[in-house]
Amino acid sequence: MPRRIVVPFGPQHPVLPEPIHLDLVLKDEHVEEALPSIGYIHRGLETLVTKREYPEYVYIAERTCGICSFIHGMTYCQAVEKLVDCTVPERALFLRTIWSEYSRLHSHLLWLGLFADALGFENLFMASWRLRESVLDVLEETTGGRVIQGSCKVGGVRKDISGETLERMRKGLDIIERDAGEIADVFLRDDSIVSRTRGIGVLSREDAYALGAVGPTARASGVGIDLRKTGYAAYDKLSFSPVVETAGDCHARCAVRVKELFTSIDLIRQAIAKIPDGPIEEKPKKNPEGDYFARSEQPRGELVHYVKGDGSRHLVRSRIRTPTLTNLPSLVRMLKGCNLADVPVIVLSIDPCIGCAER
Amino acid sequence: MTQEDQQTTIIEPLHLLGKVEEFRKKGCRLVQMHCTKVGDTFEINYSFDINYEFSNIRIITDGKTEIPSISGIYWGAFIYENEMHDLFGIRFAGMNIDFSGNLIRTAKKNPFADPSFRGEKPCPDA
Repeated sequence: MPRRIVVPFGPQHPVLPEPIHLDLVLKDEHVEEALPSIGYIHRGLETLVTKREYPEYVYIAERTCGICSFIHGMTYCQAVEKLVDCTVPERALFLRTIWSEYSRLHSHLLWLGLFADALGFENLFMASWRLRESVLDVLEETTGGRVIQGSCKVGGVRKDISGETLERMRKGLDIIERDAGEIADVFLRDDSIVSRTRGIGVLSREDAYALGAVGPTARASGVGIDLRKTGYAAYDKLSFSPVVETAGDCHARCAVRVKELFTSIDLIRQAIAKIPDGPIEEKPKKNPEGDYFARSEQPRGELVHYVKGDGSRHLVRSRIRTPTLTNLPSLVRMLKGCNLADVPVIVLSIDPCIGCAER
Repeated sequence: MTQEDQQTTIIEPLHLLGKVEEFRKKGCRLVQMHCTKVGDTFEINYSFDINYEFSNIRIITDGKTEIPSISGIYWGAFIYENEMHDLFGIRFAGMNIDFSGNLIRTAKKNPFADPSFRGEKPCPDA
């Protein structure tokens, strides 16, 4: 007769870079229900918006996440710029787009390395992270920061990239593309990886949409939502198609991230080719008044920064809705009915960023 | 750069479920829910999207009145409702998964319900 037991998973676990706890209700080896709980690293970052003037809060918004920090800062700036009637110069928009795509490259490569490590592929882990280093080198050279860039500000950007450096970056993309092609082949075709991930943690298209899944988690289930298509920053000047898979399993989520490496490389090439000359910032004309939701596409999916101002230099409210938070209901659905042994791979497949989710 | 046009419609809490059901029938996905404390009241925002068109509805409550849960219409709403309960103390009736205050464990109960400091006044925590 099957036995029902509850197995605690996390907050400390070898596949979890950050703490999340799951209560797994098991019937023998099968998960009947999974209940997540967070709160181990809640920092109350949103309330800090009332203690810092709105230009200073960019630094805090960036520190929401140590992986997609640039996109957090940029999305916050986009929200505030709407409230202060500020038109960001074209060149700054292209620079933001270039840094956003480098951020996506380094985030996806970080995840691919972690995924390889969780599956027992030490060399693949090292190859992914070695390639990530070359992306971080570009971020460091152009912004001064490897992880926290600090290059975005309300009204534009703080740093420009010279024509020489842009040319060097363009050439470097060929090497990144070549090396990404080598690791992509292993992630997409290796028998061991396929057998550990295909048909595991399936999320149907209907469930993904109804549960509000975003990013690679949604696109791997056939839901082609990609906020870059709304045309924020300079994306309205660039052409690309969102990467969409239909299987909805862990392999599909991995495949979306692998293929998005090449989309990002292509977008950076387009941006370098089209970047116009001109100023990189415009001063805000007034203090923020009113409210606005700015949306962008983080490596993990749709990010929302809501800001509300009352005409003073201190905002009334900042709300950060991160992709991991909205992907948690999908994770709960994926885990239902899976084997206990597959739980770590399924949890990792949504690329959980708990620092982001808890803020 | 393209900036989205956004409209926020303020509705009575009484009409919340009916309005949310309308969004579901139109095929919208739930983007997010969140709360903002404004004076003595709380604004609760519900954001939806279909084909990159963003809509937002807002209810205003005193923070003591129980709000009907929309998790019966959008199953994933439980994560936002539990978050608002834990951070602001807003109570939701009929949540499909109720963590009873244990989703986000904080040292201070409902820390966002009474922001203690804003702007130029001295920080009481310092």
